[in-house]
Amino acid sequence: MEIEDVRKGTKFLINAVPYRIEDAEFVKPGKGQALYKLKLRNLFDNSVVNRTYRSGDKVDDVRTDTYKGQYLYKEGDQYVIMDSATFEQHYVNQEALGDKRFFIKEGDPVTVTMFGDRPLEIEIPTFVELKVIKSALTARTSTITAQYKPAELETGASVDVPAFINEGDTIKVDTRTGTYVERVTGKK
Amino acid sequence: MWNASPARSNKMADERQQLIRKKANLERRALIYELTRAFFRREGFLEVETPVRMPELAPEQYIKPFASEGWFLSTSPELHMKRLMAAGYEKLFQFSRCFRKGERGQYHNPEFTLLEWYRTSADYLQMLDDTEKLVVELAELGLGSRIKYQGQQINLKTPWQRITAREAFSKSAGWDPVSQPDHQRFDTDLVDKVVPSFRGQPTLLLEYPAAMASLARLKPGNPEVAERGEVFIGGLEIANAFSELRDAREQSKRFKEEINLIQKEQGRKAEMPARFIQALPNLPECGGIALGVDRLVMLLCDAPSIDDVLAFPSDSI
Repeated sequence: MEIEDVRKGTKFLINAVPYRIEDAEFVKPGKGQALYKLKLRNLFDNSVVNRTYRSGDKVDDVRTDTYKGQYLYKEGDQYVIMDSATFEQHYVNQEALGDKRFFIKEGDPVTVTMFGDRPLEIEIPTFVELKVIKSALTARTSTITAQYKPAELETGASVDVPAFINEGDTIKVDTRTGTYVERVTGKK
Repeated sequence: MWNASPARSNKMADERQQLIRKKANLERRALIYELTRAFFRREGFLEVETPVRMPELAPEQYIKPFASEGWFLSTSPELHMKRLMAAGYEKLFQFSRCFRKGERGQYHNPEFTLLEWYRTSADYLQMLDDTEKLVVELAELGLGSRIKYQGQQINLKTPWQRITAREAFSKSAGWDPVSQPDHQRFDTDLVDKVVPSFRGQPTLLLEYPAAMASLARLKPGNPEVAERGEVFIGGLEIANAFSELRDAREQSKRFKEEINLIQKEQGRKAEMPARFIQALPNLPECGGIALGVDRLVMLLCDAPSIDDVLAFPSDSI
């Protein structure tokens, strides 16, 4: 792949290790060469490195496979995922899930990107329904200023919710942004 | 008729929001144009307009043009401005729309605006003096001479720091680009080490290595360096000045080298700009400078991205 074609989110290999571009800055002295300053995340150990590439540089593509599976349960720091087609089970460490781990529940469907036999990235549903286990009561007098309050969800995530949400309610959350969408209690 | 999908109508609403948010910057941009025109008129310059679509360009290895029906979109108005100077015009300026392929980032849009001006009987140092005067005047009319850009305090009080490429690279990058020319290393160290070392101090980087002279003359008495200078403010590259090269043979030789490099490295065919070379012997002694208008507007609007000062940056057209 030409360096000109990479974008934020593109994955490529450096010494056989897959990296994902977290941030890309294009710099070019007026009459000089184009430089691509990349912030790269090592998808094996989650560390971050900065590298500068020049116009014309090439990088090695990552060959990956994806499968659909189901999150079964957590074992220590590992998440056990089952391939829905082969019933094979894979262990995924929490780095591969990142912040998404706060929104995943046992039994949820997932899409796993594999690099050889290593799971690299896990996608979870965009919207999940989770139960509120802790949230402060809102005083009746609060009107405009306190429309949102923090709430803790059954998966351990903390999300700001409207004042009318109570403990025990189920809410819909957007997992891309980690934000409240709507109340679903009673709709089912 | 089809109905707008929710995704599309969201996008339109986003565009509307963005354009409304940019209004203050676009107003300041218009004011900068107005005050710049007044500045040059007062200094006795003539405003001109030269073609945006042309059959020949200055061949430059790292500047890629867009093709247009066998011709090109302008990458710079330089050649036509100099053809006018060669015909006896003495002081010219122009706001010029330029196009450079593949240049897109926080500080780049493939379509952008250069402000170029030329003066007879001047060298690059006088062009840089003009720039100091212009920028300070623009800032003072609206903001005062102490401005803030992206959290950096910048004191525009003149004279700005002047430093040669040799001094700046020796100090910040530990090598001398004049005695050991290395264009690739020059560019990376310029961006990573030298420009960051200027901090909030507006800086004129002078005497580029001769190999990077481009269309500038070599320094009389010291042909190791070119009379080329660049202006940096708040980490932004703002302008590039030359004491203009008038030697047609030397200029053809440099262009020929660029043409060969372009062919060899990129497999792209570039041609000698023959009309310009023909006019060059008539060019009087003069200085010229190109200033990135979008960057100057970014600086004076404290805008982090070029997208904040363009109504429609390239991905939103």
